[in-house]
Amino acid sequence: MSDFDYSKVLAKKAVNLKPSGIRKFFDIAAEMDDVISLGVGEPDFKTPWVVRDRAIETLERGKTTYSANRGMMELREEIAKYLKRKIHVEYEASSEVLVTVGGSEAIDLMIRALVEPGDEVLIVEPCFVSYLPIVELCGGVPVRITTKVEDHFRLTAADLKAAITDKTKLLVFPFPNNPTGAIMKKEHLEEIAEVLRGTNVMVLSDEIYCELTYGSDHVSIASIAGMKERTVVVNGFSKAYSMTGWRLGYAAGPKQLLSVMTKIHQFAVMCAPTTSQYAAIEALRSCDSNIQEMREEYDMRRRYLVDGLNKLGLDCFEPEGAFYVFPSIKSTGMSSEDFCTGLLYSQKVAVVPGSAFGECGEGFVRISYSYSIEHISKALKKIEKYLKEIRQ
Amino acid sequence: MDKLLQLLERNARYTNEELAVMLNTTASDIEKKIEAYETLGVIRGYRTILDHDKVEEDRVYALIELKVTPHRGTGFDDIARQIVSYPQVQNLYLMSGGYDLAVMITAHTFKDVALFVSQRLAQLDSVLSTATHFILTKYKDSGVSLMEEEVDERGNIGL
Repeated sequence: MSDFDYSKVLAKKAVNLKPSGIRKFFDIAAEMDDVISLGVGEPDFKTPWVVRDRAIETLERGKTTYSANRGMMELREEIAKYLKRKIHVEYEASSEVLVTVGGSEAIDLMIRALVEPGDEVLIVEPCFVSYLPIVELCGGVPVRITTKVEDHFRLTAADLKAAITDKTKLLVFPFPNNPTGAIMKKEHLEEIAEVLRGTNVMVLSDEIYCELTYGSDHVSIASIAGMKERTVVVNGFSKAYSMTGWRLGYAAGPKQLLSVMTKIHQFAVMCAPTTSQYAAIEALRSCDSNIQEMREEYDMRRRYLVDGLNKLGLDCFEPEGAFYVFPSIKSTGMSSEDFCTGLLYSQKVAVVPGSAFGECGEGFVRISYSYSIEHISKALKKIEKYLKEIRQ
Repeated sequence: MDKLLQLLERNARYTNEELAVMLNTTASDIEKKIEAYETLGVIRGYRTILDHDKVEEDRVYALIELKVTPHRGTGFDDIARQIVSYPQVQNLYLMSGGYDLAVMITAHTFKDVALFVSQRLAQLDSVLSTATHFILTKYKDSGVSLMEEEVDERGNIGL
């Protein structure tokens, strides 16, 4: 063992980052056998065969060089076409679209391109876990805005207005939401836009779950008047096309900001994986029907799971997007972490404590339905047993 | 195809309540619809898909190709009706290509199959010739894979 003192060399900002609450929990689960998980945040469908086949073909033909920093032009054009038909916003493929290593990199780039020490970044919680640490690494000040179950976990104009100060630089706007499954409809977006117009606040609209909405089509905040120029739409291929491992996403927004993001991207990763880019072109061109089938399947599971949880007495907000349900476990009197740890040890069922997605997620758990009905049904029976145990 | 039929084809043991939840309707509506499908003969029955190799000692499967002479007026229907009536016959299809009827049968032993072919099928008036193929392994049956289940490799890697 060397006696090198790493605490002297590690960056304090990085060392002090709070580890993801999801990871901590799953590290315990990973040590156990036969765990029935309802925890994962990735689709159980395989990448459509035509997409995999296209990637194989390009590998066989040796198309394995770097691409343009911004991503292949052909792909950026397909992305621009997609955004036009999906969210009805037009982007210039040459200057307003950047292909990234997953939606995650796009999030990182946008925050790094904007945030200076002391800048306030509004983060709508509960939410995905990666926004806050990146803001902290940039020396920004995260300001949490809590959404509430009684508002259907939507961001309200009043809460937004109350949080904006002279120092506010950016609003992180994650809808459809992981973990709550909440969506923002056009009328809600109009109210948010009304607050933002006339300010200098930029918007990071994380729309990675935009293909997974049930009952109504996704509306992007970028499509609301006056919003496109202050919004970067972040999206990717992981959830819509079951392409998590391909690591491919993109950002679309104002070219002045995109060009700064591109500069960081170019120095950090050069370009997104070329094989994945070829695959993504195919996905955008020929997989609309796959998405439709997947969405219908998720929708059935969603109803099945919500119904099952409600029958067990776990109050369940009806999610309208993504593939998560976010039931309240307050009736048990337990903290989310105790509830989840107990469920894991007693019945070997893994769900994620709501507190992992922000303090306001306390009292809730996140249950994923990217599993077959049979799997969900088995897990529900075990949750029922667990509830009987703890309610005795 | 109606989503209800798709679900029943996938798993006939879903309860009406479960189906109702998944399809956003009521259990009594599901019951009515299923009854209607049964009456119309759209739903022909419900059965269990077994991996027979795991439950039974002897079972052999064979695919028999038949060349037959169609009857004037009724074509292949008369001979088909005769073959359908044998309980050993699991599937019977009229084929395009090199032969006419594909007969799939199950029996206990190879000898049973041989006897069935030589003493039943081959002796039917319209049958011109037979060719018997034994099934060695079933990998997938009625849309269900009989191979070892794939492990969910997603682990819990994501954030």
